[in-house]
Parts: sequence; structure tokens; C-alpha cells
Amino acid sequence: MLYTNLKHIETAADHQKFISENENVMICCGRMGPMCIPVYGIMEDLEGQYANVKFADMEFDSPESHVIRNVPEVRGFMGIPFTMYYKDGKLVKATSSIQSMTQVRTILDAEFSSAR
Amino acid sequence: MDTNNHYEAIVIGAGPAGLTAGIYLSRARVRTLILSEGTVGGQMILTHEIANYPGVENISGYQLSMIMRNQAKKFGCDIKSNIQVETMMLEGEVKAVTLADGTKYTADAVILSPGGRSRKLGVPGEEALKGKGISYCATCDGDFFTDKEIIVVGGGNSALEEAVSLTKYASKVTIVHQFDHFQAFEYAVEEARSHPKVSFIMESAISAFHGNEKLAGVEIMDLKTGNKLNYAIDGVFIFIGYVPNTEFLEGKLELNKWKEIIVNTDMQTSLEGVYAAGDSTAKRYRQVTTAVADGTIAALAISKYIHELHKNKSLQNA
Repeated sequence: MLYTNLKHIETAADHQKFISENENVMICCGRMGPMCIPVYGIMEDLEGQYANVKFADMEFDSPESHVIRNVPEVRGFMGIPFTMYYKDGKLVKATSSIQSMTQVRTILDAEFSSAR
Repeated sequence: MDTNNHYEAIVIGAGPAGLTAGIYLSRARVRTLILSEGTVGGQMILTHEIANYPGVENISGYQLSMIMRNQAKKFGCDIKSNIQVETMMLEGEVKAVTLADGTKYTADAVILSPGGRSRKLGVPGEEALKGKGISYCATCDGDFFTDKEIIVVGGGNSALEEAVSLTKYASKVTIVHQFDHFQAFEYAVEEARSHPKVSFIMESAISAFHGNEKLAGVEIMDLKTGNKLNYAIDGVFIFIGYVPNTEFLEGKLELNKWKEIIVNTDMQTSLEGVYAAGDSTAKRYRQVTTAVADGTIAALAISKYIHELHKNKSLQNA
């Protein structure tokens, strides 16, 4: 259970539905740990600022999160959280480990430039 | 002066020191704003379990942070997290903080509690390979290194204790340390020395990380001879202490040679109306409890300062 104020994605089917129904999506897949909590906090703060981006989290240790843990783009990742950015259902960017507000904003602005 | 954006006190930082100051000030009906460049909780959220906070047997750093945040908000404290401070004016009667989005806040007094952050090695490849073999959190990432060979950098308690804890996963743990002795407590050194999976490379330092999609190896320099050798390695965990987040204060107030804020017993800095609390101040022990104590003292001192300020203004206007 992730104790955040973000939308929680619990199944692989929900994940597929969420990324296909929304144009711009950011999903943080992690635990309630020190590298993950700051990223959830950043996403919560950005939710009100990026109206056309949908934000969500997913539990890293859930078997259902294989849809994130097993994609080729995260093959070299060895630090949680895995943070995924989707446009029109397709993965356009993924990062490993803690990220700063500036790093997240940079990606959102680059990948979803018309979203603000 | 925009009265909506004027507070009696602005607190910079939302770790245990800043949140405690927010609780005390707001409860004393001092109009207070906490501004944090990071997530609420500061380094407290880096702790999975806090077992020595008096009155609470076991709690995660995150949970304790949320309780402190809610307490501060309940008393009327405004909190803005993940903001970016553009400029800060600490001299003079009215202090001013301008954010990157142009919003300007003013205050009669300021408490600085920006905390600290994990020290990085600052060698080539470190930033690019963070999360791809380089980690700063054993609890978070240890299981990615099951049956792999790793290096732990550092010689303090964190480094030695985490090195031993990582033997649960890794096949071999090598501790790389710059000195010929450790700074850790003897029990931690003994535990590491007696562990069959742990070995040591002393008086040496990592001078570069190699790898593209993930870490492939490191270059280690012998600090006595200057010789450099390359090692193939799967992971590196770095525990080399913390640095205070005080770069923005250089030249503005008195810092010591480690860039920590110098304060008196009331937590007042070298500037009138500017106080400091928590890990960014010059002190020996850094614990949640000591940060909370600092925040309390700074808040009480600032309440008195603001009371005197208002009293003097009333007299002048009379």
C-alpha cells in the first residue's frame, strides 16, 4: 500500500486502461522509501500545475507492476522508484531512482510541451 | 508591501527543525509560512524506522513527518513544498524571499532550517549512473544486487553498518575508504571486519565510474601512490556523510569552514531577526530530537523578538 494522495494503479489492466485513456501520463512505481517519497511529493505538488498530465503511482512489489518492471527501457535500472512517462499510450521516457523537482519538470516540459 | 504575502515569520526548510518551529510559532499565533525546496520531512523521510524518538516506540520517518506537518497546519501554519527560492534578502527590518515563479514573500523574521543532503563523490559518471548501479540507499536498492559484487564507499557508521546489511544480498562487499582507519564506532568496525563477505581497500578513492546503460566498473586510485586500477563491479553504494544546504547563504551571514550556520544559544545568526535550526547549523550531534530542540528554541526566541518588534513600533507610533 502506497500512502500517497496520488491515484493508485493496482493491476496491469488498470495500468493499460490509464495510459490508453489519457494523452499524457506520469506513473511512479516504488515503495514507501526514502528515494521514492520525494518523487511522490513532487508529483502531488505538480498535479495542480500540469492540468493535462495524469499522475499516478504503482506498488513496486506488486506482481501486477511487471508492466513497468519488465519493459526493455528499464533493463539497466537498479534503483527505485522507476518513473515512467507515457504519451498516447506509448512509453516516451523512464528514470531510475530519486529525481528532483527540476528534473521532473524538465521531462514534463520536454515530453508534454503543450501540457501546462 | 503586499500584506497578503507578509508573514511575521518565514521558515526556510520543512524538516523536523522547520516543522517544529512552524508548530510552536503558529500555536503562539505568529503568522508563519514554511517554504521548502524539497518534500516535507527533509532527511527525516530517509529513515525507514525511528525507534528512539521519545514517546513513540516505532514510527517511520515519513509518518513522523506527516504528523508534524499536520500539527503545524492545524495551528494555522502555511506550508509550501517543492518550491524554488530565487532570491533572499535577510538584512534590514523586513526580510524578503522571492520564488522562481516570481512570488514574493516578506517577513519580520526568518528561521533558516535548510538541512543537508547526502555528500556525493563528484567524480565522472556518478550522476549519469545514479540508479543504474550507483545508490545512496541500501534499504531501497539492496535487493537489486542479489548475488552480485558491490563496493561501499565510506568509513563512518552508516558505511560500515550498511556494508554488513548489504551482505544479505551481495556475494561480496568491498569497502573503499580514503583513510587507513575508520571513523565508525568500534562495534561497527568489528562487525564488518569479522564478516566473511566483507573486504577492504584502504587509503583509496573511486576516481571514475564506467558504464553506459548501467554501471560496469570503477577506477580506484591509491591515495598513497597515485596509481589507478580499474575494477569490474555491479554496484556502488556511497555513504560519505552529509553537506549542509547553505550555498545560498554564503556571503549573507556567518558560516564556519564547513559552511554550517553559526548560531548563539538562542539559535540567532549573525543577522538581526534571522535564526537557524537543525542540521545546517554548526553543532556536533545531528538527530531528529536535536533538530526538534533547535526548532523549539528558535521559535521561542523569534516569538519574543517579534513581540519586542511590535512593542517598539507601537511606541514609535504613539
